[in-house]
Order: sequence, then C-alpha cells, then structure tokens
Amino acid sequence: MITTPHVDWFAISTILVLLGASAIALLGAVLVPRPWRRPFAATVAGLGALGGIVTSVWLYVDSAGGHRVIADAFYRDRWTALAQVILCATALVTVLLSVEHIVRNDDEHVAEFFALLLASTAGMAFFVGAANLMTLFLSLEWFSIALYIMCAIDYDLEGSLEAGLKYLIVGSFGSAALLFGSALVYGATNHIGFVEIASAVGQHGLSGDLLLVLGLAMMLAGLSFKSSAAPFHMWTPDVYVGAPTPVTAFMSAATKVAALVLTMRVVQTAFPQEAHLWSWALAGIAVASLVIGNFAALVQRDVKRLLAYSSISHAGFMLIGLSVGTALGARALMYYLIPYSAMSFGAFAIVAVRERELGTRVTLENLAGFGWERPFLGVAMWFFAFGFAGLPLGGGFVGKFYVLSAAYDHGWTWLVIVGVLATLVSLYYYLGIVRAIYMRPSAELQVAPVSGGSPAREPFVHVAVGAALAVSVGSLFAVQPLITLAKHAASVLPF
Amino acid sequence: MSVSSFTSVLIWLPIAGAIAIWILPLSRYATGSLAVLISLAEVGVWIEQAARFDFNRTGLQFSQDAPWFKDLHVSYHVGEYGFSLWLVGLTVVAMAACIGYGFWVGRDRPRAYFGLMLFLTGATVGVFVAQDLLLFYAFFEAMLIPLYVLIGVWGGPGRLGATIKLLIYTMAGSLIMLAALIVYGLKVGTFDLVTGPTSASRWLFLGFMLAFVIKAPLFPFHGWLPDAYREAPPEVTAVLSGVIAKAGTYGMLRIAIAKFPEPAHYYRTLILAVAAAALVYGSLLAFRAPDFRGVVAYSSMAQSGLITLGLFSGTSLGYDGAVLQMIAHGLISVSLFLLAGTIERRTTTGQFALLGGMARGRPALATLLMTTGIIALAVPGSAAFAGEFLILAGSYQRAWWWAVIGAGGIVLAAMYMLRLISAVLHEARGSTVHDEALDLRTGELALLVPLVGVLLALSAWPAAISHHSFAGDAPAQIVQEQFR
Repeated sequence: MITTPHVDWFAISTILVLLGASAIALLGAVLVPRPWRRPFAATVAGLGALGGIVTSVWLYVDSAGGHRVIADAFYRDRWTALAQVILCATALVTVLLSVEHIVRNDDEHVAEFFALLLASTAGMAFFVGAANLMTLFLSLEWFSIALYIMCAIDYDLEGSLEAGLKYLIVGSFGSAALLFGSALVYGATNHIGFVEIASAVGQHGLSGDLLLVLGLAMMLAGLSFKSSAAPFHMWTPDVYVGAPTPVTAFMSAATKVAALVLTMRVVQTAFPQEAHLWSWALAGIAVASLVIGNFAALVQRDVKRLLAYSSISHAGFMLIGLSVGTALGARALMYYLIPYSAMSFGAFAIVAVRERELGTRVTLENLAGFGWERPFLGVAMWFFAFGFAGLPLGGGFVGKFYVLSAAYDHGWTWLVIVGVLATLVSLYYYLGIVRAIYMRPSAELQVAPVSGGSPAREPFVHVAVGAALAVSVGSLFAVQPLITLAKHAASVLPF
Repeated sequence: MSVSSFTSVLIWLPIAGAIAIWILPLSRYATGSLAVLISLAEVGVWIEQAARFDFNRTGLQFSQDAPWFKDLHVSYHVGEYGFSLWLVGLTVVAMAACIGYGFWVGRDRPRAYFGLMLFLTGATVGVFVAQDLLLFYAFFEAMLIPLYVLIGVWGGPGRLGATIKLLIYTMAGSLIMLAALIVYGLKVGTFDLVTGPTSASRWLFLGFMLAFVIKAPLFPFHGWLPDAYREAPPEVTAVLSGVIAKAGTYGMLRIAIAKFPEPAHYYRTLILAVAAAALVYGSLLAFRAPDFRGVVAYSSMAQSGLITLGLFSGTSLGYDGAVLQMIAHGLISVSLFLLAGTIERRTTTGQFALLGGMARGRPALATLLMTTGIIALAVPGSAAFAGEFLILAGSYQRAWWWAVIGAGGIVLAAMYMLRLISAVLHEARGSTVHDEALDLRTGELALLVPLVGVLLALSAWPAAISHHSFAGDAPAQIVQEQFR
C-alpha cells in the first residue's frame, strides 16, 4: 500500500499561488470577452506574482532552520525562498512589460501568454527547491516546456517560431543529458535524494566511481544548458533574438537564477565528495563562458544578440562564485543574481520599447539618439550598461568584487586575473551601447519610427524599468542587508 | 550636522544636485544657475572645513566610518589629511570654475551636461577622501562614467575614438588595481587604508602603480592623453588635466608609497627613471606641439613626471614639493585650458599657425595668459617655482642627477611656455584673429581672475600648502607612519 506523505502546504505556497493565478488567467482566455482578456489576464498574473513574492518572503522569514518536506522531495529553506523572491519579482516586472509589449493580432492568445508566464515561474520556484533527482527533472521540464511555448507564442513571426523550435530541440538535448546523468547517479548510489546520494557515496566509498562521475558530468552539462554557460550556450543568441523581447527579458533573468541556484545546491548537497572534480569543471565552464561570451559580444551589432552574449559572460562570472564551493562563493552568487537579474531584465525591456517604436530589430545603429528621445529609458540603459561592465553605477560592481574575492579566497588568483581581463574586454561593447544611445545623432538613424510623432506613453514599462533601475542601483548601497539575506540563505548548504 | 560629516557633504551634495538636475524640468538658465550655485556651495563648505582643520594634528580629520559590507571588511570610511584637504580644495575650486565656464558658453543639453559635471565633482572629491580601498576604487572608476559621456557628447569631431581610448587605457590600469586590491584586502583582512598594515608584495605594488601611472599619465602610458585632451570640451580637459590626473599622483602617495614601503624602495630607481622620462619627453612634445591644447596637454604629462619625481625621491622636501606642485599645476592647468577655450571661441582654432597677435586690443586676455604662463614656467617667486624647487631639492637629496634632469625639464618648460605665449599673443596677427574677436568678457573674467588670484596668492605664500600638508611638517616621517 502506498502511504500518503504528510504535505506541508505552506512550503509550496508560492508555487500554489502562481499556479492558481495561472489557472485563473487560462480560464480568462476562454471565459472573458476578448477586449477584456489582456487587462484581466495581466491583472491576475500581476497579483499572482505579487502573491508569490509575499508567500516566499514569508517562507524566508519562517524557515530559519531549513528542512525537507513532502517525503523529502522539496526543500523548505531560505536558499529556496530567496531564489523564489527573485523569480517572482522578475515575473512581476515581466507582466508589467508584457502588458504593452506582447503584441498579438486581436489579442489572440494573450491570456494564455500570461498563464504560461506564471506556470513557468511556478516551475522555476519548484525547481530551486528540488530535493531529489525526480523533482529536479520534473520541474526542469515543467518550466522549460512553458518557456518553449512562450518563445514561439508570436507564431506569425518567423523568428519567434524558429526560436521556439530551436530552444525546444537544444533544450531537450540538455534535459536528456540531465536525465541520463541522473539515471547514472541513481545507478551508482541507489538513491535519488541529494542528501542520500552524498551519504551513500560516503558510506560505500563511491567517490571517483565511474558511473557517478559520468552522471555528475552529464548533470552539470544539462544544467549548464539552462544557465546558458559556454560551451552549452549555442542556443542562447538565436533564441534570445527570436523570442518576443519580453520573453527574452524574463528568460535571461529568471532561467539563469533558477539554474545557477539549483546547480549550487546539487553540487554542494549531493556531490560534496567530488568537489575537487566539479569545482574545476565549473571553473572551466566559467572561463569558457567569459571568453566566448565577451569576445563574441564584441562583434555584435544586433543589441539583443549582444545582450545575449553578455548574459553568457555573466553566467561565467556567477559560475566563478559557484565553482569555488565556499560559503563566500554562495553568498557572492546569490548577491550577484539580484543586480544581474534587474539589469538584464531592464536592458531587454528597453530594447523591447525601441523595437516596438521602430518596428524592426534593434541594432547599435538604430539605437542612435535614443537617449535624447526617451530620457528616462536612456538614463536607465546607461546605468544598466555601465552596471554590466562593473563600473560603480550599480550592484554589478559589488557582485564582481564578491565573486573575484571568493575566487581569491579559494586560492585561485588566476581566476581573479581572468575575471578582470574579461571585464576589460566587456567594457568595449557595453560602452558601445552608451555610445549608440547618446553620442550618435539620430540623423544617423536609418529607420524612421513607424508611427511618427511623440513616442507612446507606455507607463507600465516605465514602472518596470524604474523598478529594475532601483534594484540595480539600490543593491550598490544596500550591500550589507542583501549580503545578510544571502548569508542566511547560503547557511543551509553544507560547506 | 556634525563637523565630521563635512567630508560626506562634499561628496554627496553635488551628486544629489546632479540627480535633482536630471529630474527637475528646469530651464537652461535655471539649470546652469543651480549647478553653479551647488559648486559654489561646495567651495563654501570646503573653506569652512579648511578653517576648522587642525594642521598640527596627525591622523585623519573630518572622518566618518560606517560598515558597507562587513564580511569582507569593507567600509564607507572617509576623511582628510592635510594634503587631501588641499586636493579637495583644488577639486571644488576647479570644478566651480569649469561649471561656470560651461554655463557661460551655454552648453546644449544643459540638464545632462550640468548633472554630469556635478556627478564628476562628487566622484573626484570621493577619490581624495576615501580611506577604504574599495571605496577609493569605486570613486576612481566613478570619475570615468561622467567623463566618458562628457567627452563623447560635447567633444570635438574625433571624440568617439578619444573616449574609447581614454576608457580602455584607464580601465586596464584600474582593473589590474582591482585584482591587486582584492588580493591585498583579503590577505590582510581589511580594506581600510588607515588601519591596514603595509605589504611587501612587489606584484601588488606594481598593480596599484600601473593604475596610477596611466591616470597621471607618465610616459609610456600616455597613449590616451593627446586625443582626450584635444577632443574634450575645454572645461572638461581642464578638469581632466588639472584635477583627475592628480588622482594618479595622489594614489601614489596615499597607497603605493605609504602601503608598500619596501617595494617602493625596491622600484625607486625604475620609477624615478620613468618619471624623468615623462618629464623630459613630455616637455619636448610640448615644445613640438602645434596647438595650444597640445602644449598644455603634454606639459601636464611633464608635470606629472615632476610630481612623481618628488614623491619617489622619498624625502621630506620631495613630498612637500609634490603636494604643492599638484595644487599649483592643477590651478595652472585649469586656467590655461579655460583660456584655450576662450581663444578657441574667438578664433575657432588653437593652431599656432593660425593664431598670433591676440594681445593687441585685448589687454585682459593678454594679462591673464601672460600671468598664468609666467607662473607655469616657474619663474622665481611663483607657486610653481616653489613647488619645483622643493622637488628638485628633494630629489637632489636622493641623487644629484635626478635634480639635474629635473632642472633640465624646467628649462624646457620655459621654452614651451614662452613659445605658447608669443605664438598666441604676439607675432604677426594670425589669419583667424579678427578685430571682432573681443577681449575677455565679464563672465570669463569672473572665472579666470579668481583662479589666477589664487595662483598669485600661492606664489606669495607657498608655505600655506607646503607647510600644511603633513602634520608637524615632517612629511617623510608621517608617510613612513602611514599618516596615522
């Protein structure tokens, strides 16, 4: 007889809230009259994301100890809760951006879009708390499938469909690698729980076992697909460019948070005995991401593509924090994710605005004069670009300082040097963005705006970008409070 | 408001002003007035601070210390020593003059422009008062952000190349410094400059020095200099050469020499040689430069070399002279670049071939340029002479040949400055000089006369700085004790 495990409903309340809102939005797609669908679904989605923030903050406060719930399948702890806060906040600003920027003829499928957005957020919220290989894979597929559809939602657009398909195929490859790796690990240890895997490895002296190591390697590869770290990044530029820009904004921030936070958990809790292997492997992936991301970004003209490569390079920076496998590294990772997700979302949101204004792909050339036409968005882009580059205009500066400190603390001075050089290279293209928006007269603009006259008002985008700007700049000043949060979150990981 | 918060006010008042200017939809005139007002308020706060400064006390004054993030021991620690007080003074005075100049010429896109100038003021003050390595680094980098846009938007035709060069060069230096400071800070367990111990690591010393010699700049790290100084708007060039370059030499004194005494000793001859090369080569380039700004730009490099010579001579006289020369050259450079700006506005060019004979009918311009030029060539009795003499005396104590090279540099200074003066003011009238080009107007005089006045005052009493930079007037000892 199968015994029903005790369910700690509160532990999964964030996920339930998001799923509930998603279901209501989906019902709205059928029941609400067409003209009301967009406002209805957006309101529901916004409230859902807000509710998610509230419950995950509550969970953070109320889960000081941290333990596993529901037959040891899910972590109720601060590491999960803090990641959930970031994810839900990203979802919330994405809703604001999408209200005005998911353009569909006659608002077709617009409510479905919001439902999918919340569903994928719920999947990620579950993913970051996964405690065994089963829930890990289940939630990975859950949010990935939602994302595949979101990428392709603009199916009249050739690029969108292609992006969805490409993401589906390459993503499935990543999932397959992860699944196969999980199977090998299970085969080696006879356990699926992260903690049990570690203890089985310890008890039976399995460290260095071929199956286990192979499984670990494949799992890392699968997870790196999701965090778009090189050399598993090849889908990133194409998908980021092809997907509707609000989706790109969401993906670049949220997927990275989910994948990196979970990777840290998996390697720390399930494979502590293999630290000598995975830390070098992750450091290698980090260096590859820094090199490929930054050098490829140098030659991009398409801004979405450029930002896609920049997101790969930032995955590299965050993987430095991850690879060292220390409490300082975990704090650095968690801290870095906060300004990074804000800046990345914000930058893509601004691209979305320009894209809609011009009705064509945004390149460095046709960004000319943008800063003077849209002062607020221009200043925000200025902050994001310099923040990405690690200049002290935002938390990215402190984030870089933290991960590099973590690398030195671990004894990897060479990684500090690599990080510093990568930053230097990245400077060129981030400055290129600022140069494009401020220093080139709009006369150079080759494409005239579609609708002439003053730009659309778009209050929601301004709120969303303003929020991203506030987080990115605020995290420079409020380092200590954020680090304290990250420290408490990281304290549940075994170091 | 307690006295110690003056330092923070000097940093954050202009930054708050910048944000206010960006947000408030003020008219062109109101924006400019507000910016000038804020920059004058800065000067006022600084004067009040200088009046309350106890020059006989060792250690940090007007200091504030609050944790920024504790686990890596990084803090918001600001405060002033005697010499930093003077550098802050230089910053606020120069920025007030330059903001005034921007207002006078009516830069377009005023809200962006004045906001950035104020932001630059705050960041530069921050560099000179930060007593935490990461905070210092943050301000050191923050200076570049407004500079990049100021040159890139309001600069001359070659501005895009100039900005990229400036940024890449200086960031290359400062990122190496970032690596060095992480290593230093984590090794000794604090990023605080006051409590942090000295280090004997030569690599770290070189990491810091690279950032400083690029910023100063010294030969052969001056690749960004000619383009940036020529393409930037004159008032931005003035700030760049008069104030920002001093961040490099300040860093040498505050960090490289004070925190790394052993490596500074070990590399002394090398750095003195680089400094001497910068002095001689910069002077020769200045003598060869075909335009006003070129002369002043390369002379800045020469002067940075001279200041470095004083600092790394490691003698009391050298330190005193270096600090005095930083201030004197800062004021000279700002005045000269602003004068270059006024001349370019009248003639559309700074090329000597097209200039000449401007003294006739323009007595105010001639007097001011003449006075500044004479001070710049270190005629005995001038502030620059006092500074250079101290530096030469200090380097003579190290070894006689450094003093010989330094003295040679001063002879060259006389040559290029006289060449500049005669090419602009005297000789035959240049093709771009017309009778319609008026003498300096009231607004311009209001900016330049005070600057030259301060220079004359310093010429009369150079000891105001040279005797009031290090407590107890014992620089070598104070530096050795890391200013504690």
